[in-house]
Amino acid sequence: MDLHLTGARPTPEEKDAVDLELGQPESSWQGAQRHGGADSRTSFEGNQKAISQRHLLLPLLHAIQNRIGWISEGALNYASLRLDVPPAEAFGVASFYGMFALAPRPPAVAHVCDDIACMARGSEPLCEELAEKLGPEGAPCAGGRATWLRSNCLGLCERAPAVLMIRAGIKAQQRVLAPATPDRVESLVNDAANDCMPAAPDVLNPQLSVPQEGSRKLALLRRVGKSNTTQIDGYQRLGGYEALRKAMELGAERVLAEITASRLLGRGGAAFPAAKKWEALYVQRERLKKDPTRKHYLICNADESEPGTFKDRVIMEGDPFAVLEGMTIAALVTGAEKGYIYLRGEYPLAAERLAHAIEAARWEGFLGEDILGNGMRFDIELRRGAGAYICGEETALFNSIEGQRGEPRNKPPFPTQAGLFRQPTVVNNVETLINVPLIVSQGGAAYASIGTENSTGPRLFCVSGHVERPGVYEVPMGTTLRQLIDFAGGTAGTGRLRAVLLGGAAGTFVSPGEIDVPLTFEGTRAIGATLGSGVVMLLDDSTDMKEILLRIAAFFRHETCGQCVPCRVGVVRQQEALQRLVEGRPAKSKADELAMLREMAQAMRDASICGLGQTASSALESALARWDLFA
Amino acid sequence: MKETTPATTPATPAQETSPLPLIPVPRGPVPQAPAEPERRMIEIKIDGHAVSVPEGSTILEAARNLGVDTPTLCFLESLTPVNVCRVCVVELEGSRTLVPACSRKVEPNMSIQTDSERVRLSRKLVLEFLASSVDVSTAPAFAGYMQRYGARPERFGDSAATVRQPVKIDNDLYVRDYAKCILCYKCVEACGVDAQNTFAIAVSGRGFSASIATEFQVPLPDSACVYCGNCIGVCPTGALMFKSEYDMRQAGAWDEPQQQQTTTICPYCGVGCNLIVHQQEGKIVKVTSPLDHPVTHGNLSIKGRFGWQFVQVEPAPK
Ligand SMILES: Cc1cc2nc3c(=O)[nH]c(=O)nc-3n(C[C@H](O)[C@H](O)[C@H](O)COP(=O)(O)O)c2cc1C
Ligand code: SF4
Ligand code: SF4
Ligand code: SF4
Ligand code: FES
Ligand code: FES
Repeated sequence: MDLHLTGARPTPEEKDAVDLELGQPESSWQGAQRHGGADSRTSFEGNQKAISQRHLLLPLLHAIQNRIGWISEGALNYASLRLDVPPAEAFGVASFYGMFALAPRPPAVAHVCDDIACMARGSEPLCEELAEKLGPEGAPCAGGRATWLRSNCLGLCERAPAVLMIRAGIKAQQRVLAPATPDRVESLVNDAANDCMPAAPDVLNPQLSVPQEGSRKLALLRRVGKSNTTQIDGYQRLGGYEALRKAMELGAERVLAEITASRLLGRGGAAFPAAKKWEALYVQRERLKKDPTRKHYLICNADESEPGTFKDRVIMEGDPFAVLEGMTIAALVTGAEKGYIYLRGEYPLAAERLAHAIEAARWEGFLGEDILGNGMRFDIELRRGAGAYICGEETALFNSIEGQRGEPRNKPPFPTQAGLFRQPTVVNNVETLINVPLIVSQGGAAYASIGTENSTGPRLFCVSGHVERPGVYEVPMGTTLRQLIDFAGGTAGTGRLRAVLLGGAAGTFVSPGEIDVPLTFEGTRAIGATLGSGVVMLLDDSTDMKEILLRIAAFFRHETCGQCVPCRVGVVRQQEALQRLVEGRPAKSKADELAMLREMAQAMRDASICGLGQTASSALESALARWDLFA
Repeated sequence: MKETTPATTPATPAQETSPLPLIPVPRGPVPQAPAEPERRMIEIKIDGHAVSVPEGSTILEAARNLGVDTPTLCFLESLTPVNVCRVCVVELEGSRTLVPACSRKVEPNMSIQTDSERVRLSRKLVLEFLASSVDVSTAPAFAGYMQRYGARPERFGDSAATVRQPVKIDNDLYVRDYAKCILCYKCVEACGVDAQNTFAIAVSGRGFSASIATEFQVPLPDSACVYCGNCIGVCPTGALMFKSEYDMRQAGAWDEPQQQQTTTICPYCGVGCNLIVHQQEGKIVKVTSPLDHPVTHGNLSIKGRFGWQFVQVEPAPK
């Protein structure tokens, strides 16, 4: 395409950032000097090559943001030129993601979580003190080289309140600070401004994140925190890759039969049978041989951005090879030769460990052209999100990888028919995938004997808020909420429970009288609740529920993609109505305001394109059904 | 069962039926497109009435066949459906959520309600959401829809957030008043792969603050825009408007009932696009093109769209 670009040019540093990511441009189509040999011969090919690189747009934007700290017009022009993407579209993509700044910003930014779990653990006083120490949110500090911003949940809720420092530069760095105190944030900000931050992005402290560590009962978490599990030898010593070997012996058909027998339901929130998705690709495998343009894709959904959710992070940090092994077995069944891990952009330690694990697995022949000498071909690419909750929705995730705005697609067609690059695709959550080696090892039937009839297997819960020992807990499905709370040492804070949020911002509140509910899909459904992504957030009786509801409403207002009207405007009107109620100045009457909220909730549930809009009122409705908050 | 005609009747070649003597009819045989393969007929039920439509039709087409009027905002026959406005939603038996009629293809034995409580509520809310956040005063379809569904956008109060912003006047041909934009994506599609392939504009930002923009909001003359005006042609709200119309409206001189529309052919090149010339008091005030034209689908170039000033230049005084 003949691109029209404005006159803005990249600085040498911006150009370098792009060229480091893509390699030097080969033809003038990609921004090299004209009249090169490549132009006269292959301008058409050069253009074609650029078109097929659209999927590199997000990594390229990351490269610029990481190097400079923001994305300028000149830098965006150069990225557009290199990838042959119209600049208006590139701008549309860049401006979609929260992690990209499109106006000058200091290179070091401290993202301070003020989301619900952190609220319960002092994020408000933290922000107030930071405003005093460093100046108002967003204003430059530390000699103009740093700033701080409030942030949605950072997935570190067991260590609340949490802060993530992102420092741009030749060697961009991300550093986690959790739990954070004002003094430690201040010194981290100064270190970042002076480019002398700690070397490691974070440490996984099993005592803090996995309180059950060491227990013999653990299956999914059994390796997390053990020494050397993040090295391939250590992983294998602890039984790693035995399931893959067994799966190869069994063959795709029998592995699929085991998964079917296990009745494993997806752990990403929608609770869809894993075997059904896999089978949909399995039965299309014959067509792969006949049509070389056809491909199957497998995606591990590691976007984990639901407020209160951090289990996937702990697994990826503590047992990264298990994710790869689960994916490889899934690839064996589905016939996918390419897998992606779509990791949320705010998980630096998980990114480091996964990248290392992928390298090591390739080196040892667990990924690549001829896995374990079996002739199987499969490789995994790590892709990082850039601050958009909606990109965890599977079809938005496809668009994000393809270099488009992360807007969900209308279904049908379903991902197993036309997913990533319009090819048949299976998307599974991290936790779903680490159940796979377990099922293959012990057999589907044995696995199905754990838990209940309709909710099989062990389940990870992210326990946070006012609780004595927050962290990721592994319990068999069917454990009651009360038992789980007891495992975690009971209610902290005042010690008196006010509410439990199940499933995160898109989930539901339950009251203390309901905590005997068995934690199963059907058990929670029976009381009008949901397991969602495994969030169990405790709130004590000092909690101002109205503040929590306002924070959830603000979350959705911030995270709606804006594509469809019911959600784009609905989340705004919902927040406004709630604000009026909280301030005690309803538009007409309280009853009128509540009726309006119910109407809006129904329309958003009925008419929104995707799960975000469909569940954006769920927590609010569950609270209104249980408590008279605006008496 | 009621028999209905297929949703897309093959267009009769325009030249044989041309109503206007001004349009030349070419001699010699006109090449015909190869006949479309016979499409399987699918039977569905709409509001209890059986209807049979060709495979691949949408629920919207099926409903239209039955004479059921479905409101639409982001849908246009000549563009790929984006199904974002959700005003066309209908209730599909067995589906947890409502489905968009404009893009959902019919499947055998679907049973659909187009006017149930749920449908009416969602449509009402969509209209209220839009009318409370966007200036819909120049959107022709809105008033009728709002009345039909009893929409009361004022119930969200005076402080309801809007997309209000200053109108963008950065060239002599058309203005962009995004305070009137319902984000239907039509202009982006028309500027992109559905017609113009210029990609001058795209959706930018996210959520309630998403908007149609050039890169970094640069003025149109600095962008890739070629002023074909095809985006104006598809805009359902008047957010994109001829400068001539905008100026007359500002001056209170725009008088649509007094205007005359004349269909003619663009004089500039051999493509022969149809033009609809809108004139008021003997002066051309804007030029549009029929969307249902089988060749051009309402698209024009800068010349046909804007190049008519020469018609009405006063002769220079001698
Ligand atoms: C707004 C939204 C956000 C989502 N975020 C995630 C996520 O971060 N991780 C995830 O695994 N699934 C997420 N999902 C669910 C996915 O769409 C999808 O159902 C899931 O990844 C499928 O994997 P599973 O079958 O293994 O659960 C999200 C869904 C919605 C609607
Ligand atoms: S429901 Fe919300 S997040 Fe989902 S597509 Fe619509 S606007 Fe986007
Ligand atoms: S006038 Fe034509 S080129 Fe310019 S924005 Fe509109 S559709 Fe695109
Ligand atoms: S400017 Fe007009 S056509 Fe474009 S999105 Fe807005 S309302 Fe739709
Ligand atoms: S890290 Fe703050 S709420 Fe999750
Ligand atoms: S007309 Fe169908 S969603 Fe807009």
